[in-house]
Amino acid sequence: MAEILVYVDHVDGAVRKPTLELLTLARRLGEPVAVALGNGAAGTAATLAEHGATRVLTAEAAEFADYLVVPKVDALQAAYEALSAAGSLAAVLVPSSAEGKEIAARLAVRIGSGIITDAVDLEAGAEGPVATQSAFAASYTTKSRVSKGTPVITVKPNSAPVEAAPAAGAVETLAVSFGALATGTKVTARTPRESTGRPELTEAAIVVSGGRGVNGAENFAIIEALADSLGAAVGASRAAVDAGWYPHSNQVGQTGKSVSPQLYIASGISGAIQHRAGMQTSKTIVAVNKDAEAPIFDLVDYGVVGDLFNVVPQLTQEIQARKG
Amino acid sequence: MRIVVCVKYVPDATGDRKFADDLTVDREDVDGLLSELDEYAVEQALQIAEEADEAEVTVLTVGPEDAKDALRKALSMGADKAVHVEDDDLHGSDVMGTSLVLAKAIEETGYDIVIAGMASTDGTMGVLPAILAERLGVPQVTLLSEVKVEGGPNGTVTGRRDGDTASEQLQASLPAVVSVTDQSGEARYPSFKGIMAAKKKPVKSLDLDDLGIDADEVGLEAAWTKVDSADERPARTKGTIVTDEGEGGKRLAEFLASQKFI
Ligand SMILES: Cc1cc2nc3c(=O)[nH]c(=O)nc-3n(C[C@H](O)[C@H](O)[C@H](O)COP(=O)(O)OP(=O)(O)OC[C@H]3O[C@@H](n4cnc5c(N)ncnc54)[C@H](O)[C@@H]3O)c2cc1C
Ligand SMILES: Cc1cc2nc3c(=O)[nH]c(=O)nc-3n(C[C@H](O)[C@H](O)[C@H](O)COP(=O)(O)OP(=O)(O)OC[C@H]3O[C@@H](n4cnc5c(N)ncnc54)[C@H](O)[C@@H]3O)c2cc1C
Repeated sequence: MAEILVYVDHVDGAVRKPTLELLTLARRLGEPVAVALGNGAAGTAATLAEHGATRVLTAEAAEFADYLVVPKVDALQAAYEALSAAGSLAAVLVPSSAEGKEIAARLAVRIGSGIITDAVDLEAGAEGPVATQSAFAASYTTKSRVSKGTPVITVKPNSAPVEAAPAAGAVETLAVSFGALATGTKVTARTPRESTGRPELTEAAIVVSGGRGVNGAENFAIIEALADSLGAAVGASRAAVDAGWYPHSNQVGQTGKSVSPQLYIASGISGAIQHRAGMQTSKTIVAVNKDAEAPIFDLVDYGVVGDLFNVVPQLTQEIQARKG
Repeated sequence: MRIVVCVKYVPDATGDRKFADDLTVDREDVDGLLSELDEYAVEQALQIAEEADEAEVTVLTVGPEDAKDALRKALSMGADKAVHVEDDDLHGSDVMGTSLVLAKAIEETGYDIVIAGMASTDGTMGVLPAILAERLGVPQVTLLSEVKVEGGPNGTVTGRRDGDTASEQLQASLPAVVSVTDQSGEARYPSFKGIMAAKKKPVKSLDLDDLGIDADEVGLEAAWTKVDSADERPARTKGTIVTDEGEGGKRLAEFLASQKFI
């Protein structure tokens, strides 16, 4: 059976959810072979095996953390070459993080393949994998495929369910030699993002967002309280971020995170096209806005025309009461 | 110091963007403009040039005839000259084709630093700068929300990259390819003087022959990817909209409970 190379996104051995989703998609196309790089790589094997990886190729080297992107491209290329030499490689899948996309793109150039980014679904097709993409701020759905080389495809978080599918997950050490470009861009310092204890924005089942209508950093406590009552992640519009009310890492939209949760609650957000680009594919959309004409209401399953300072705290209280 | 800024001409995101019959971007019905995210790249280029002893900023685009508008906008912001790669055979190029052409045009123009936006507002792949670095064989210093260049053409570029799990400080020697985010600093507005001056600035046109690229290496037919279908997303069914008369939060809670979110 054809093998599918899956790039593993992990932090010190803890596999991030989008990679587990990729394994679900990879199994539709063939047998997933995972590549895990850097500190803690071998520690990913058990989780990857539980989710269907037949083999786990690992490499550890200081270069992966000390230099930007290229050492990981060298390693992925080594894995690609090993698998394609055996004649069994049908596709390379990478999670659509900023770094994942850059790794995938440089690999595609090196191996002479086309690349599709930000797929939201993948199916086996007669001429290779068919990727569904969402275009123009999610107003179009396209189906595409790679027509030259071994398909390289990056997939957005939340594009598939995480499914257990136990497989061998045999760990093998991947031999990597770094090229001249690998040490071109040095990472001279790294500050890990502080955890808020809330779910990761792109992975959360529920996202509660605030915009300019929240009117001040201190008022985001109202949004956070609602989020916490639902176990949700907190998002923000660019207007709220630019005003300094909430960190940029929480921005939802074209130049922020794109989210696709089961439920998205927008408060004090007008629904500009660039914001919609990042949340339009949410399953259920709810908005609270005092302007009945706000474009966000064109998208909602349920909307409340009203002042968020009245509606949101009442909602939070009611949720807490119902949860007992 | 020779600074080349890659700028893309894109359909206005606030217009009704569509695909044409051949499944490429329909450029007829919606006005085009300089991708807003590339204004940040132009801005950083201008700031780097202002700090340098001697510098020249060239803006470069690959696109149809109308893409000159994007170049004019960048020139009116303060760039010194422009290069336009224009050729009927480029229609429908994907990222592999486009990056091949850009890399050749950058080499032809000469550069110490290439600056791009974080992503286009139409294709939104966000990978072209990394691909350019690969093709040019120089360091990629991408997705910077803060950028600094020191030491002239043989100097270094440093910057901050805010990632998913960490914020990183990066450093590379020139020549290099840089991309900047919309957090890198407000882009300036063209002044009236800038707009007038832009009309006199040189715009050089290049075609595939000038760059030594065969027509069958680029364009729709030769693309490395193929779009099989593009369908408009069905409009969302009209939802329930209520006006808060004191019970808005409670009614919303009822809706959430009915959908099993509570
Ligand atoms: C290239 C580019 C990229 C961009 N990327 C992004 C992006 O990633 N994400 C993003 O969000 N934006 C992005 N934008 C900006 C976008 O165009 C909008 O400016 C932004 O989304 C507006 O944020 P907002 O809805 O919070 O503010 P506004 O549009 O000002 O809306 C505020 C809303 O709050 C309502 N309101 C005010 N007070 C209350 C109250 N007390 N109770 C209830 N409602 C109230 C108002 O009626 C209004 O509808 C981008 C723009 C460009 C050009
Ligand atoms: C909806 C849609 C989806 C697409 N999906 C794919 C896909 O999956 N695979 C694929 O191979 N192609 C795809 N394309 C084609 C691709 O967008 C273009 O070939 C392209 O110019 C490069 O990708 P990008 O615009 O997404 O660039 P990005 O990587 O998002 O752009 C980053 C930066 O590169 C520079 N840049 C990009 N294009 C140009 C240009 N023409 N001239 C000058 N500078 C430029 C700008 O500085 C820009 O800010 C898609 C196009 C559309 C409209």
